[in-house]
Amino acid sequence: MWESLARIMALIRKELLAMLKDPRARWSVFVPPVLQCLIFGYAASYDLNNVPYAVLDQDHSIASHDLLAHFDGSRIFTRVANFQREADISRVIDDERAILVIQIPQDFERNLLLGKPADVQLIADGRNSNTAGVAQGYAGQIVDNFNADWRSTHGMSDPPMQMTMRAWFNPNLETRWNMIPSLIGTITLIQTMMLSAMSVAREREQGTFDQLLVTPFRPMEIMAGKAVPSMIIGTLQATTILMVAQLWFRIPFQGSFFVLYPGLILFLIAAIGIGILVSSIAETMQQAMLYGFLLIMPFSLLSGLTTPVTNMPESLQIVTLANPLRYAITIAQRVYLEGVGLDVLWPNLWPMAIIATVTLGAATWMFRHRVG
Amino acid sequence: MSALIAKLRRILALMRKEGYQILRDPSSIALGIVMPVMLILLFGYGLSLDVKNVPIAVVAEEPSPLVTQAISGFRLSPYFDAHVMTSMAEAQQLMLARKVDGIVVLQSDFARHLSMGDAEVEVLVHGADANRARIIEAYAQGALAQWAVIRDDEGQDVANGPVGIEARLWFNSADDSHYFLVPGLIVLVMTLIGAFLTTMVVAREWERGTLEALFVTPVRTDEFLLGKTLPYFLMGMIGLMLCFLASRFLFHVPFRGSMLLFVGISTLYLLIALGIGLSISSAVKSQFVASQLTMVVTFLPAMMLSGFIFDLRSMPVVVRAITYILPARYFVAMLQTVFLAGDIWSIILPDAAVLTVMMIALLLLSRRATRKKLA
Repeated sequence: MWESLARIMALIRKELLAMLKDPRARWSVFVPPVLQCLIFGYAASYDLNNVPYAVLDQDHSIASHDLLAHFDGSRIFTRVANFQREADISRVIDDERAILVIQIPQDFERNLLLGKPADVQLIADGRNSNTAGVAQGYAGQIVDNFNADWRSTHGMSDPPMQMTMRAWFNPNLETRWNMIPSLIGTITLIQTMMLSAMSVAREREQGTFDQLLVTPFRPMEIMAGKAVPSMIIGTLQATTILMVAQLWFRIPFQGSFFVLYPGLILFLIAAIGIGILVSSIAETMQQAMLYGFLLIMPFSLLSGLTTPVTNMPESLQIVTLANPLRYAITIAQRVYLEGVGLDVLWPNLWPMAIIATVTLGAATWMFRHRVG
Repeated sequence: MSALIAKLRRILALMRKEGYQILRDPSSIALGIVMPVMLILLFGYGLSLDVKNVPIAVVAEEPSPLVTQAISGFRLSPYFDAHVMTSMAEAQQLMLARKVDGIVVLQSDFARHLSMGDAEVEVLVHGADANRARIIEAYAQGALAQWAVIRDDEGQDVANGPVGIEARLWFNSADDSHYFLVPGLIVLVMTLIGAFLTTMVVAREWERGTLEALFVTPVRTDEFLLGKTLPYFLMGMIGLMLCFLASRFLFHVPFRGSMLLFVGISTLYLLIALGIGLSISSAVKSQFVASQLTMVVTFLPAMMLSGFIFDLRSMPVVVRAITYILPARYFVAMLQTVFLAGDIWSIILPDAAVLTVMMIALLLLSRRATRKKLA
C-alpha cells in the first residue's frame, strides 16, 4: 500500500516537472486563463450600452421632437444622423453607422391630438438579429415612457392595465452575471483537457511509455500519476478564475464554496478522464491534440455557454447529457445566482461521476492493450 | 528556365510529401473535413438565439372569460408554450426547477381591477440567462398588446398607446439567428485549418528536427513555405466551400453579394491564418506551447472577439480596441455584409485593406522566422 502510494507520488512529481519545467509551458498554463477570463468577461455580453440611431422625421412637430428628446435623453441612444428623404436610410444602415432608424410619419402629431393611434417605424440592421432585437426592445421601453408622459400631460387616463416586469436572481438582467460563472468551467475545460490529452501521447511519441509499462507500476497507478497532476493544475486554474470573478468583476455570490468546489472537482475529474482516454488512444501528440480539440468544440458549443440548451433540438439535447461542461455551467450559475445546495444539484453531479468512471476505466484498460 | 523548373519540382515534391502526410494521418483529415461538417451541423441545428416555444406558467387564480381572453395572446403566440394554472406556489416550483422560464401573474380580481382601471399583470422571468430573459419580457409585452388590439376593436381601452411601433428588420426579415451564426462559422473553420493545423504540423517538424534536415537540402525558404502551406490552403478552401454550400442550401441563408468577392476575402483571411500559424510554430518550436498559443491568439478571439456571436458594439472601449488588431473582426464584418447586405464597398474596402496589410506583414514575418533558424 505504502509502496504503491510512494510510486504514485514519484510519478506525480515527474509529471508536474514535465508539464512545468519549460518556462513557456508554465506561462501557457497560468497566464492565458486569467487573460481569457478578463477579456471574455467583458466581451461575452449581449447587453448594448450604446445604440447609434438615425432619424427620419417627416412630421417636424412638437410631438415628434418630444419623442426624439426621449430617445436623446436616454443614456443608451446616440443620434448619428438626421434625414430628409427615405432613400437616405440605407446609407447609415449599410455602413453600420446606425443600428436603428426611427421614421416618424407626416401625420404623427395630428393623429396623436385626434386620439388616433400614431405609429412610428423602427428599422433595424438585422445582420446581427440578436443585437437588433435588443435595440428594438430598448426603443420600445422609451416609446412606453413617452406614451405615459403624453397620457398624463394630455389629460388621458392611465391605461387600465399596467404590466410590471421582474427578473429573479438577476434583477438588472446583466449577461455578465450568468456568463462569468460559466467561464470558470469553460476555460478550465480547455486547458485541463489539453494537458491531460498530452500526458500519455507525449510519452508514446517519445517512446518512454513502453518503458513505464515494464516498471512495477500497475495501470491504476499510472492512471493516478497522470490524472492527479492535471487535477492539481486544473483546480489552481479554476481558483484563479474564481478569484477574478470575485475580486475583479464582483459577481454576487449567493451560494457556498463548499458546494461549488465539490462540483468543480467532479467536473475536472470527468474532463481529465476524457482527456486521458483521448491520449491513450492517440498515437502521437498531434493526434491527441487534434482529437482533444475536436471534442472541446462541441463541448463548449453545446454547453449552454453561448446559446441555451433548451433551444437545441431534442436529439442534440440528449447528446449534451454526455457533456461535462453542461453540468459545470449549470452548477456554477445556480450556486452563484440562486445559492442552491448539493441536494438540488444532485442531478448534475452523478452524470459527471459516470463520465469520469467510464473514461478513466477505459483509459486504464487502453494502457495495457495498446502497445504501439 | 531550368532553374525555375527545378524550383517547381522541389515545391511539388514537398507538396506531395505533405499530401501523403495529410492523407495518412486521420487526425488532420478529421480537423480539415470532419470538423467543418460537424461545425456546420452543430451551428445549423444546435445553436440558436431565437426564442421560440418558451415554456411559461400563466397564473390566473380566478378563471373568467375576461382572463381567458387576456391570456389568449400567450396561448396563441408561437413564442410561448403557456401552461395555465391557478396556484402561484406551483408556478414558483416550476420556475425554480427551470421547467418554465417565466411566470405571468394575473391578480385574483383581475376583471374588477380592469374595470376600475388599475389592473396589474406581473411578468416574472428567470434571470439565469439574461439575454433570453430580456427577449421573453419583450415578447410578453407583445402578447399582451395583442389582447389590447382585440379590446380596442371592441371599443374598449387597454392599450399602452397612443404611439405604437412598427418594427422592421432589414437584411433578416425572418429574424433568424442562423443568418448570422452560419456565415460566422466560416471564420472558425478558416482559423482552425489555417492557423491551428499548420501550427501543429510545422511545430512537429521543428520538434523532431526534420525541418533542420530539410534545410541542408537544396530547398529554399520560400519554396518550403509554399510547399508546406499550399496543401493546407487547399484544405481550407474545401472547408470554405462546404460551409458555403451548407449555409445556402441547408440553412437557406440569403447570399446577396458576389461570389468573387466572397472567395477573395476568404482567401485573404486564410493566408493570414496560415501566416500566423507558420510564425508561431517557427517561433516556439514546441507542439504543446505552439498549439496553446495559437488557441489563445487565433481561435478563441475568432470565437469571442470577432463579432460573430457577441456584438462588438456591446463591448467596453478597451476590449473593442483589442479587437482592432485581430484579423477575425474584419473578416466577420465583411462576411455578414456579403451574405446579408450585398457588396457594400464602404465596408468592404477599408476592411479588406487592413487585412491585406496584415497578410503581407505576416507572410514576411513567417518567412523571416523560418529563415533565421537556418544560420
